[in-house]
Amino acid sequence: MAAFDEMLPEVSGLRKPYTAYDRWLKEQDPARLAQKMQDAERVFRKTGITFAVYGEQEASERLIPFDIVPRIISGQEWRRLTQGIEQRVQALNAFLDDIYHRQEILRAGRVPKDLIARNEAFLPEMIGVRPPAGVYTHIIGIDIVRTSENEFYVLEDNARTPSGVSYMLENRETMMQLFPELFQQIKVRPVENYAQLLRQSLAAVKPEGAKDAPTIAVLTPGSYNSAYFEHAFLADQMGVQLVEGQDLRVVDGHVAMRTTEGYKQIDVLYRRVDDAFLDPLTFNPDSTLGVAGIMDVYRAGNITIANAPGTGIADDKAIYSYMPEIVEFYTGRKAILGNVPTWRCSEPDSLKYVLEHIHELVIKEVHGSGGYGMLVGPAASKKECETFAAKLSSKPSNYIAQPTLALSTVPIMTEKGLAPRHVDLRPYVLVSDRIQLVPGGLTRVALKEGSLVVNSSQGGGTKDTWVLDD
Amino acid sequence: MLLGRTANGLYWMNRYIERAENMARLVDAGLRMALTRTQDASEEWTSVIISSGSDVAFANKYSDYTAANVTDFLLRDTSNPSSVMSSIETARTNARMVRTALTRETWESINEAWMSLKRMLAKPIDERELPAVLDAIKRETALIRGAFYGTMLRNEIFDFSQLGTYVERADNTARILDVKYYVLLPSISWVGSTLDNYQWESILRSVSAHRSYRWNYDATYKPSNIADYLILNGRMPRSLAFCYRFIAEHLNLLSEDYGERHACHDTALTTRSLLKVGSIKDIFDAGLHEFLSDFIRDNTRLGNEIAQHYRFH
Repeated sequence: MAAFDEMLPEVSGLRKPYTAYDRWLKEQDPARLAQKMQDAERVFRKTGITFAVYGEQEASERLIPFDIVPRIISGQEWRRLTQGIEQRVQALNAFLDDIYHRQEILRAGRVPKDLIARNEAFLPEMIGVRPPAGVYTHIIGIDIVRTSENEFYVLEDNARTPSGVSYMLENRETMMQLFPELFQQIKVRPVENYAQLLRQSLAAVKPEGAKDAPTIAVLTPGSYNSAYFEHAFLADQMGVQLVEGQDLRVVDGHVAMRTTEGYKQIDVLYRRVDDAFLDPLTFNPDSTLGVAGIMDVYRAGNITIANAPGTGIADDKAIYSYMPEIVEFYTGRKAILGNVPTWRCSEPDSLKYVLEHIHELVIKEVHGSGGYGMLVGPAASKKECETFAAKLSSKPSNYIAQPTLALSTVPIMTEKGLAPRHVDLRPYVLVSDRIQLVPGGLTRVALKEGSLVVNSSQGGGTKDTWVLDD
Repeated sequence: MLLGRTANGLYWMNRYIERAENMARLVDAGLRMALTRTQDASEEWTSVIISSGSDVAFANKYSDYTAANVTDFLLRDTSNPSSVMSSIETARTNARMVRTALTRETWESINEAWMSLKRMLAKPIDERELPAVLDAIKRETALIRGAFYGTMLRNEIFDFSQLGTYVERADNTARILDVKYYVLLPSISWVGSTLDNYQWESILRSVSAHRSYRWNYDATYKPSNIADYLILNGRMPRSLAFCYRFIAEHLNLLSEDYGERHACHDTALTTRSLLKVGSIKDIFDAGLHEFLSDFIRDNTRLGNEIAQHYRFH
């Protein structure tokens, strides 16, 4: 089945959102565009927008390839997406609050108890803890794919520590540097206020006793972390301190950072450290990345941790398959944005189906991420399918399966001109006393012809994402 | 508000940028001597290695003090923590760690210096290319300094950075003098041999002061003038007095900002007054070598006191 191209669909010709861009593109000299592509790479290298690939010594700092053709979304399409995303995010937070308190949804039998109790992402330490302002997941990335003019699906929710927003911002900066004239001809809704919104959003969920202008900090595992650039970037853009575990300790019932003038209290911590490493006294005792005792401070209501510990239970791939029920349960309405149909291999009938149709399906590990540990059936050899089937049969509950969707494509610029490649979209959502989105998000693109894997660790690239102000 | 760890990163980032530049200057002086002297140059390269403070590490690796060995060790060798490549690498690692404290221009200048020197120093340096490589190192560090002075806010971030620069520079100048203190001693200066002339010029070259010396003093090299220039002259940007003028200034700014004084303020003041009121005759009378040893020791102590009082760790 041919994929739907967002610029030039086979059936209907050039789509409206791309009209102005297409006109501009046709006037461009290909040699100039090739030069611009090189300029873009230089900009990224010099700025240090790199990410680390674990286990690859030589390439310890790599660039995520950037494509100069924007992905364009009309204002109307965006409004529709926004409604679906807001609804979903509201449900995610309501689900977390419920799961760590009364567990109504389990009592109602809409989500099986087992799925929660035996899940590593469920933190018993969070039972009965209500985070400041009642928000659990403050920063969310919703991965969305498109399959036709009017079909969008949520592929994944990222409710723990979604990354990539710095690329969204830098992609736009780069595009504006490379093609200033384009932004004069076409009205694109800006994204550059993201860092301000993030700071305001974090300040709005400060602990009750905190001062009016709370002290905010970003907690990073350190400069060797793969997403370190982003951590530094966000702290810098927000104008707040970038701290590591070694800078922090609990002083007088508060978390404080070691400054040149002594220890200073922190009210809101935007942490980019996983739950397991957050507090050696509560979780992994070997962790040096977190703060000993921070969970006690948290339970006493003296610090906001964003996102809250234990939010992983909401974006687990096993839970994902229940999202339509979850959305309906908490919002009282059908989900505006659909899920990709999902087989839970823990269910015998589903397992049987999945094993029989393995070469047609995408099979994912329930707890995996980054595109690792997954099988893309149609692209896999017979032998790979057999090996995977054996793994799957030995521990079915570890896997879910989805049909291979014909993800939409957007052209990229190659040496031979435009060529369609599959894309997804990750809009970033901020939750405080309100829900906010910057228009667009991060478009990831599989650079290899025909490939469906968009992850940067597996040869994916990114594009600037435009939402038109129309 | 500044994290102790960030202050530490800024301090060392600047120490290593300064070190990279000084290393290039040392090699430059060595090269010059090797080119102009008819005799065996290995003596000069030996003294370059000692001035760089890496004589033990060098001796563990090489037995010959040849131009190729010395330049490779001081410029490229990543097993030598003070080589130009190691210094730039360390400076960049620190810059990355304190990224949020730096302007985009400053960070990019350091990142670009690292990228271009990494490429340039990837292979052993052809002796024909050495002058160009040394120029490139000095140019990259100058670009960093330019971006830094041109764009950074004059706040505590600036103060800790400058402290790193001047503590490192004072250490470098004092070591260069100490390695050759004997050629400056009055008893030997009476001899007035051409050998001494070369030695004196080499000292001045190591701190890029061979031309400015002539403008400030005389066309002839006099040991007491050279020592005065590098130790007490407050206008000479690599002299000990100059370094301590700025160390004292930035420590003062910090104590005004923070409203507290520490032992490091006293240490810096003591050294500063010594350099301000001292005469070169007194220093020679009491012993140049003793003076320099004490200075290096006190300078190191100052660095430790700064780290302790401003909670670097």
